[in-house]
Parts: sequence; structure tokens; C-alpha cells
Amino acid sequence: MSASARSDGGGGPLRLLEKWLPQIVLAPIFGLSLFFVYGFTAWTLYISFTKSRILPVYEWAGLIQYERLWSTPRWYVAVENLFVFGGLFIFGCLAIGLVLAILLDQRIRAEGALRTIYLYPMALSFIVTGTAWKWILNPGLGVEKLVRDLGFPNFTFDWLVNPDYAIYTVVIAAIWQSSGYVMALFLAGLRSVDDDLIKAAAIDGAGPIRSYVSVILPMLGPVFLSSVIILTHLAIKSFDLVIALTGGGPGYATDLPATFMYAFAFQRSELGMAAASAIMMLTTIVAIMVPYLYSELRGSQR
Amino acid sequence: MAYGRLSLVGACAAGLLLSSTAAFAQGEVEVLHWWTSGGEAKAVGELKDAYEAQGGTWVDSPIAGGGGDAAMTALRARVVAGDPPTAVQLKGPGIQEWAEQGVLADVSDVASEENWDDKLPAVLADIMKYDGEYVAAPVNIHRVDWLWANPEVLAKVDAEMPTTWDEFNAVADKLQEAGITPLAHGGQPWQDATLFEVVALGVGGPDFYRKALVELDQDALTSDTMVAVFDQLRKLRGYVDPNFSGREWNLATQMVMNGEAGFQIMGDWAKGEFLAAGQVPGEDFLCAAAPGDGFILNSDSIAFFKVRDEEQQKGEKVLASLIMSPDFQESFNLAKGSIPANENVPMDDFDHCAQTSKEDLEAAIESDSLVPSMAHEMAVPRSVRGEFLDVVTNFFNSDMSSEDAVQTLATSIDRARL
Repeated sequence: MSASARSDGGGGPLRLLEKWLPQIVLAPIFGLSLFFVYGFTAWTLYISFTKSRILPVYEWAGLIQYERLWSTPRWYVAVENLFVFGGLFIFGCLAIGLVLAILLDQRIRAEGALRTIYLYPMALSFIVTGTAWKWILNPGLGVEKLVRDLGFPNFTFDWLVNPDYAIYTVVIAAIWQSSGYVMALFLAGLRSVDDDLIKAAAIDGAGPIRSYVSVILPMLGPVFLSSVIILTHLAIKSFDLVIALTGGGPGYATDLPATFMYAFAFQRSELGMAAASAIMMLTTIVAIMVPYLYSELRGSQR
Repeated sequence: MAYGRLSLVGACAAGLLLSSTAAFAQGEVEVLHWWTSGGEAKAVGELKDAYEAQGGTWVDSPIAGGGGDAAMTALRARVVAGDPPTAVQLKGPGIQEWAEQGVLADVSDVASEENWDDKLPAVLADIMKYDGEYVAAPVNIHRVDWLWANPEVLAKVDAEMPTTWDEFNAVADKLQEAGITPLAHGGQPWQDATLFEVVALGVGGPDFYRKALVELDQDALTSDTMVAVFDQLRKLRGYVDPNFSGREWNLATQMVMNGEAGFQIMGDWAKGEFLAAGQVPGEDFLCAAAPGDGFILNSDSIAFFKVRDEEQQKGEKVLASLIMSPDFQESFNLAKGSIPANENVPMDDFDHCAQTSKEDLEAAIESDSLVPSMAHEMAVPRSVRGEFLDVVTNFFNSDMSSEDAVQTLATSIDRARL
């Protein structure tokens, strides 16, 4: 009775409400993200075309901030570090994550416990990871001192305080933090591979290595892609790890674009230049995300 | 009886009314600052107590963290929103930068009434003024170019406190041979820049310092003297232990205290660390001016913002007068380890190092060798200071040649002023 009344109920207020309910519920969130995400992005873009220093000014100044940015040696250090850090971090996490996942996939005992142990670093914040590794890698407190005390007085491991190698310590800490997460993604992917396929491969005479390389891994393409996307944006927005681990030092040897932007916006009163560097970061992300979104959308339309 | 009690109540009510009107008369101030660590918090407590003793209302807005970065961010937001605090801990050219935005209040009537011009060193008074009018009041004077030493360590190599950079290098070489770190140093950009400016004054002298680090004259920046400054800085780099990167300045001070290192070059806030450890100046630790002729000035100050509320406008004037009052300057600086900005304050209660500082200050004013600190935001805007910090810290942490450093410095500063 009530169901039929509803279905042909014409223009009652309840009916109207029901019709518009999804829009009404979503509108505030939509408005908020429109304003706080896209509005502020547009504002930052505009600021990057002004001569803003200590406070925002709105007088158009063209590309001057971008010219200044790209003539700053420190920015080149930050960008170069991003490539070194990003490349090694993504590659390292994928390699370690995949190997761990394959090893865990061998139906070993206590798998649940091991999985938790490997995944657990992800639960720590980067600040904690950074501080802990700062102590571990400090030549006067950590690994170097330990090995020397064990009777190797010439052992040297001073990457943390060596400007040429400091960025690699950031890579080490970041890989330690995130490879467990990648492992979990891959493990889920491995488990979703159809058992029949593996059995078929076994019947065809493929050993475990051959069946992984030729049958299972090619099916993990989507997992690879999502892992790379997640790791890439982790790398580009990396900030807290560097601050806690090296403070951008020695000197500014471990600066990344995010720490560069923070320094210029908040320590140097160079809002315009900081905005320009933020826009450069955004364009990097867009350059990576747009092809991904494009392929995803095309895939779903098919 | 009943009558008496009533009158008592009446008197109390009248008293309350009186005290509240007194508070009314003295106005209200909101002070935004980042004096949050031990000695600093105690020092700002002195100001709060003094202000409240005059019957005013004090609204405290401490914002900790990042050497004031967080506070500056909060300040920006408040000013843009049209609701600035009454008074803010600001310093150096930062005062001018905010004044240029037209948001600082003029307290010249208080200043001229109390003759601030005669009480402050001219270099400092200029920093407090915008367009010839006082917009800020200094609370203290810190000296940056101090050399701190452990007498026992010096005695081990039979050395005296050095008075020239050559002597310093000689003593440092001896210490190094004896297996003691000659110079305790923390590897943070601002600390590297502190060394740099102390060396710049010591090697180049006050006129060179002023031309290169204050006026940013390209000829001075690219001169041979600047190359010599970087050469000496390279020498100092060799006297620092390999594990200095990222170390806090107070940990470096502790190295001197424990006898792990001979010297530290750091402003007089380092004295606070020695005193807090119960050490006696002249016995357990030595203080002397760093080699060279001059005095590098660093000063904390309170800037006044334009506020609409009349109570706050009234409070602003009271606060301005209070900050410069001898009583407050004395108690604040005893707590913070610096010396009073107001030159008329007697120095009897201060320790030996502070008294030396005061004598040197007067001598420096006399001989025109008082210069503002670049590393501590007294000389140039933060954007230019940042370029100095980048080049100096990069030089200190690499094997860049002095000539390259000079060239990079000159072009960076040119760009920052664009």
C-alpha cells in the first residue's frame, strides 16, 4: 500500500526530498572541496604570478617568480633530490615488497604474524621513523659506533652527515617504512590469482620460478600501477621524514621540493616564490596522474 | 552594627568598582610572542607582572615552535583578517617589512616624552623606527660575537684566550694535536651564518661588515676581503668534529662545559646554559669578545600594531612606556642573560660577562663599530638573509672554493633583491 503510494505519489514534499536527497547530502562536501582544494589551488596559482613577499599582494607580475625559482641553485638541489629519492624509493619498495610478498605466499607458518610485523612500520608516522633512523644512522651514537665498539675501529658509515650521501639515508628510512605496505598490496594481488591457472602451469611443466615470471606476475599489472601511483605521490609530498631525519641538511643537501616550499613561504617571507614552487610540484603530479586517470577512465568505459 | 556591615559591603563594592575602573584606565594588551622556553618564559612573565601591576589586562598569546615561523604564520593570518594582536615580538628589518604594509602603530608620543633617542644606541633606534617614527620598543641587547672557552682545556695545551684569528688558529691547532675538538659547533644554517658574520667582522672590520652584510654592496661582496673571510671559515670547518651536522647550539655549549671541546662561537644566550649548569663565569668558563674589533648587535623587540579598540590603544602606550622603563629592563635581562637596551640602566646586579658586554657596547658606539647581526635578522630582510644562509651553509658542508662561494653569494643576493 505504502509502496504503491510512493511510486505514484506525484509531487509530494517527501517524494521531492527523496529525489533530491543524494544531491542535498553531497552538496556541502562538494562545496567544501571545491572551495578548500580547488579554490586554494587557484589562489596559489594566482599568487605565483605576483610579487608577494611577507603578505599576499594581488598585482600581476608575470613569470618573475618562476624565473627567480629556476635561477636558484637550491631549487635544483631539491628537484635533483626528488628524482634520486623518488626513483630509488619507488624501485626499492617495489622490489622488496614484491620479494616479501612472494616469500609470504609460500603458505608458510605464522603468516599472519609475519605479515603484521612487515606491515607495522606503516603504522608509524614519518616523524617517528625519521627520529629513530636519525639516531641509528648518527655516526657518534648508532651503527658506526656499534661496529667500531665491536672491534672494527676503521669502520665508517657516516652517510647522515655527508652531504653527498645524506639523501640516501632518507631513501633507506622511507623504504623501511613503506615496503611492508607494498608487500600487503602485492600479497592481496597474488592471492587473487586464480588457482586453476597456477595448476595449469604446473601441469604444463612450469617450475615455481617460471610460473611466477610467466603466469602470475603479468597478472599483477594493476597492482604494480596502483603501487607506483601511491609511492609517487608519497615521494613528491615527502616532507616530515626529511625534517625529522636530516632537517634538510647537512646544509641544504637533502632538500626536497616540499621542504623548499615550506622554507620559502614560512621562514623567508617569499610567498610568491613558494607558490611558484608549489605549482611546479602540482604540475609534476598532474603530469603523472593525468595519463593514469585517462587510462582508468578509458578502461571503465570499455 | 548592621549599618557598619553595610558600609563595609559598600566600601568593598566601591573598592571593586575602583579597581575595575583602574583596569579600565590602563587598557588591555594582547601580546603575541614565541618566548616559550624556560628562561624566556620567565622573562616575559616579568613583563606581564609589571603590566598587570599597573592595573591593565594582559592577554597572552604564546605560539611555540620553529624560531617564530609558526608565530609569523599566525600573525599573517590575523593581519589579513583585520584582527591583529596589540603587540608582537618582531625584530630587525622584519619591523620595517610590516611597517611598509601599513599595519604598525606609531608610539612616537611616548618615545619623545621619554627621550628614547637618548636612551638607545643610534643603530638600534633606527631599527625601531619607520619613517622616523617609533613603531617598536627593544627589550634587550644580545651580543653575537662571543668566544666561549673551557679554561681547563686551554690549560692542558698551555694556551691563553686568543685575541686575533691567527692566535685562534694556533691554539686550535694545538688542541687538535692534543686530541681535543677545538671548536664546538652545531651544523644548522643559522649557526653556520653566525660563524660567518663573526669572522666577517673579525677579518674585514666594521666598515667592510657594514658594506657587505648590511648595505649589500656588490663590490664589497666580491672583494678579496670576502674571499679571506671564506678562507678563515674553511679553517674553522677543519676545527669542528665530524659529527656536528644538525646539532643544536646548546649541545655544542655542553661540549665546552664537559671539556670535549675548547671553544664555541655563539651569542650570549650560551651564557644561560653555563649558568643553568651552575658554572661561574671567569672560573668554570671564560667569555671574551671574538677576535676582531666591533660588536655585533642582536636585539629582541616588541612591535605595536594598529588596533581599533580604544582600550587596546591605551594599553599599547602603557606597554611601550613600560618596556623601556629601567626596572623592567633590569629584571627582564637578568632573567634572559642579555643586557638592557636602555643605556641608563645600572649594571651592578649583572655578572662579569654582561658587564664586559656593556663596556664593549659603549666603546663600540664611541668608535662607530657597532653593527647589526645578519644571521639574527637585524640587518637584512629574511629573503636576503636566507640567501646568505644557503651559500654559507653550502660552503661549510662541501669543498666549494672561497672564490666560488663569493661569486655565488653575490649573484644570489642580487636575485633575492629582485
